[in-house]
Amino acid sequence: MTARSCAAVRADTAAGHVKAADTLTAAIDRAREVGAGREGLNIFAWRDDDDARRQAATIGDRLADTTPGALLGVPVAVKDNIATLTMPTTCGSRILEGYVSPYEATVVKRLREAGGIVFGKTNMDEFAMGSSTENSAYGPTKNPIAPDRVPGGSSGGSAAAVAAGIVSIALGSETGGSVRQPAAFCGIVGVKPTYGRVSRFGLVAFASSLDQVGVFGHTVDDAARGLGAIAGHDAMDSTSADIAVPDYTAGANADVKGLVVGLPKEYFPASLDPAIRAKCDAAIEHLRALGATVKEVSLPHTDLAIPVYYIIAPAEASSNLARFDGVRYGLRLSGDGLRGMYEATRSGGFGPEVTRRILLGTYVLSAGYYDAYYRKAQQVRTLIANDFRRVFDSGVHVLFTPTAPSTAFPIGAISDPYEMYLSDIFTATANLAGVPAMSIPIGRIGGLPVGGQFLASHFDEARMFNAAYALERALGAEAHA
Amino acid sequence: MAVTIDDVRHIATLARLGLSDERAAAIVGELNTILGHMDELAKVDTAGVEEAIGVGAEGLPVREDKGPPFPLARSLDAFAPSVRDGFLLVPRLSTHESPEEA
Repeated sequence: MTARSCAAVRADTAAGHVKAADTLTAAIDRAREVGAGREGLNIFAWRDDDDARRQAATIGDRLADTTPGALLGVPVAVKDNIATLTMPTTCGSRILEGYVSPYEATVVKRLREAGGIVFGKTNMDEFAMGSSTENSAYGPTKNPIAPDRVPGGSSGGSAAAVAAGIVSIALGSETGGSVRQPAAFCGIVGVKPTYGRVSRFGLVAFASSLDQVGVFGHTVDDAARGLGAIAGHDAMDSTSADIAVPDYTAGANADVKGLVVGLPKEYFPASLDPAIRAKCDAAIEHLRALGATVKEVSLPHTDLAIPVYYIIAPAEASSNLARFDGVRYGLRLSGDGLRGMYEATRSGGFGPEVTRRILLGTYVLSAGYYDAYYRKAQQVRTLIANDFRRVFDSGVHVLFTPTAPSTAFPIGAISDPYEMYLSDIFTATANLAGVPAMSIPIGRIGGLPVGGQFLASHFDEARMFNAAYALERALGAEAHA
Repeated sequence: MAVTIDDVRHIATLARLGLSDERAAAIVGELNTILGHMDELAKVDTAGVEEAIGVGAEGLPVREDKGPPFPLARSLDAFAPSVRDGFLLVPRLSTHESPEEA
């Protein structure tokens, strides 16, 4: 069972056929049915149904609006690293236990302005560091499709909320694939917009040059409507771009005749799981049949994305997370004097993966190692970005690849940190280059979802959505079979 | 460039992280494994390649060094661990009495 589509809820709410309070009640009932609580799928870090009901009650007052908001009456789940005024924002970390932000993220403000109802804060890998939602102070989230398996990460709670049919839209965040990979694992749609397309104001910083808020949808259309509601320039984020936001739903029924789809050969290595390869091949055949021109291309520095990402992201994290020291907000633990308080608070508040990445980031930035690691990684990042520029300049409109090298793995199956990092092998490149990318379901293997990924050039999300709408239509029920 | 236990102790101090001996020893192994994969980058010829400074279509935007006021809905008292007269209280630098007790 899935949540009603964003478009249907909006239309029915605007016409007065459905009350926002009833839509919300359906979401609450569904959460109960699937066991979304801590002892069950563990999807939410925090829920306040009374607060959600108060939000829903105000929707009726807005029905006189000449243009109903894009998300009128639509419940939306929000990742726990996006600041909300009425609920805690803890980033899945003990160090922010109980912290309620004194300001609200721009994306949440825009959700509310569009008529959306903030339904709850979703579980996540601590400070978005992880690919499985196992690194949370609240414990792991389970995949609603296969509860013995991970939902992917780090935005696993948001992905699970959509996949379980509680909400049709959820917000997540991306630094190296944290929306697309869980979307693939849970059989839903996940979009990472161009760096700068969506404001980061109120998104707790992990790696500022990579972070973007992303959107999950049950369908391409849900995701398009969600992104349309939150995108656009924001004076509160100096890296947000002042570029007009097109209507991403405009291409819902457009064809893809003449669209040039590139298949980067580095994303289809001989080692790729043959069953995932077969699902991709079937999707590519659909694109061909729809009139797209498909050709092989090369992004030669792809193999270097993981080493580059796992230098740059921890380096930025070691700086960004220095603010959590027990002085201004969050946890404070006593130690010997001021330094003892810093060390006790940070060691007691951060989990093992966050500690590991802070130390890794501090090491690669420290005297004697900066040039060999950080400076080198930033140079190779330029080469990775140039690969994309060259391919898109050659006339390729979108790229198509697998989203992840595997389907959802069992909870607890991966204990080696670097093996876990390799989950991001097909997704981290888009964050390093700043280009938009999205995952859509393209089938199942042994009942587990497989995602196909589209990538486009900077700020060309509309073309990416056109391709995704067309492939989703062509796949039909095959996307979940 | 193998990481040693002294390196880990040094970076833990820089990062304000207290580590038990057992955890510090484990971190040595973990960092060496991870950094072993990073050594792949050393083989890449990056002569004359600029470091990435921005990933948007037009690089890193520049703006005036001022912005809109920060919209705080709650005061410091509502979220800081320890506040007095609008100032954040922290322990003394040494092991002397804490200001909370003063």
